[in-house]
Amino acid sequence: MAVLIEQKTAAEPLQYRFSPYAMNGGTVVAVAGDDFAIIGCDTRLSEGYSILSRDVTKVRTITKDCLLGSVGFHGDVLTLTKMTDARLKQYKHTHGKDMPCEAVAQMLSTTLYYRRFFPYYTYNMVAGLDKQGRGCVFSYDPVGSYERETYRASGSASAIIQPLLDNQIGYKNQSNVDTSVKMTRQHVRDMVRDIFVAASERDIYTGDQVEISVIDKNGIETLSFPLRSD
Amino acid sequence: RSKQWYQRRVRGATGGSIVCDLNCEKIHYIADNIYCCGAGTAADTEFTTKMISSKMELLKLRTGREGRVVSALRMLKQYLFRYQGHISAALVLGGVDVNGPALYTVYPHGSTDKLPYVTMGSGSLAAMSVFEDGYKMDMSEEEAKELVANAIRAGIVNDLGSGSNVDVTVIRKGNVEIFRPYKVVCKKSERKGDYTFPVGTTVVTSSTEMVPFSALNVTDEEVMEIS
Repeated sequence: MAVLIEQKTAAEPLQYRFSPYAMNGGTVVAVAGDDFAIIGCDTRLSEGYSILSRDVTKVRTITKDCLLGSVGFHGDVLTLTKMTDARLKQYKHTHGKDMPCEAVAQMLSTTLYYRRFFPYYTYNMVAGLDKQGRGCVFSYDPVGSYERETYRASGSASAIIQPLLDNQIGYKNQSNVDTSVKMTRQHVRDMVRDIFVAASERDIYTGDQVEISVIDKNGIETLSFPLRSD
Repeated sequence: RSKQWYQRRVRGATGGSIVCDLNCEKIHYIADNIYCCGAGTAADTEFTTKMISSKMELLKLRTGREGRVVSALRMLKQYLFRYQGHISAALVLGGVDVNGPALYTVYPHGSTDKLPYVTMGSGSLAAMSVFEDGYKMDMSEEEAKELVANAIRAGIVNDLGSGSNVDVTVIRKGNVEIFRPYKVVCKKSERKGDYTFPVGTTVVTSSTEMVPFSALNVTDEEVMEIS
């Protein structure tokens, strides 16, 4: 959160404005497979040209088959996660079971739109298993517009990563590719790691460590890999 | 600063939050005995140092003497002041001349400082904190190189505007030694997957054959004289 100085030209009066938001950087990538979903995030928290922390995860396990990744203004990320956790707990006590992933996705959308005129400055992604056990990924904008997708990158390096995902997972701009070969968990996890390695070369807000979580019917497995710390 | 001179720098050049050049050269040649590190707008530091380097060479030819650091300094500050800070070049100028080793900073508005140790740029606070902790008078060349590399390393690791590696240039009376890189701070991790595209990935829709010159039929020949 910063005090912004508004003065487009020297002729205008100088005005100081308080901004309730800050950009804390970070990137999240999620891929949905046939019976698994993978979500990865970097662990760097920054503000301006400084690093606030090298070890802050942006992905949280919210139910046994659902993970929520949020980047943007970290204050809103924490509050949104807290809100979501509370709502999920209420659901569990009322209905006696965990909220299914698609329902969590819908709920997040309405939660975000509730704050349409003072938004949560967060770019969210929900990854998990749907009712049929297939992998699902939902991506959001700050005010709750969401869509189920096979793969998505969001956050500061999203513009660098999304075209790479389009090419390697969506097979775009490629011909004579054997698309029938199913991607395994190991292959996708290695690819997501390589993607973060590439993104941290070119984006100053991405780096330090990448945490990749694989979710399938057996549970959630999280691995960390080191990235550039410059 | 001691009997020799060392400057250092390197790293990436950024445009907003994107790294444009992962290993750009920030130590610019001014004269055989004078080098300049540039922070700020890359184009400004590049063109300014090239221009002053050119003027120093002309001065050397005019006077028949080796250039002095103060000459380069004077030219830089008068040039930058004329542009009232619009040329965003923050420079660290150093060299060894007949008056001994010298180190100066030049700010975009044209002011200069003469100091035993200096830092500039977005990582300058991180680097200066290392200097303030470790600097002592009359350090040896090895100690000074290490201190300078550690200062830059502090900038690389703690400042998001700096990164990659450390280059060091040691300017002594009579010779210059360039270490590029002196210290590799961050290396790119090995990729686990293979991302080479097989032949056939890009579909060829049409092609025109290159006709060899010998295959052409000569129908008419005319010899023209060039005088």
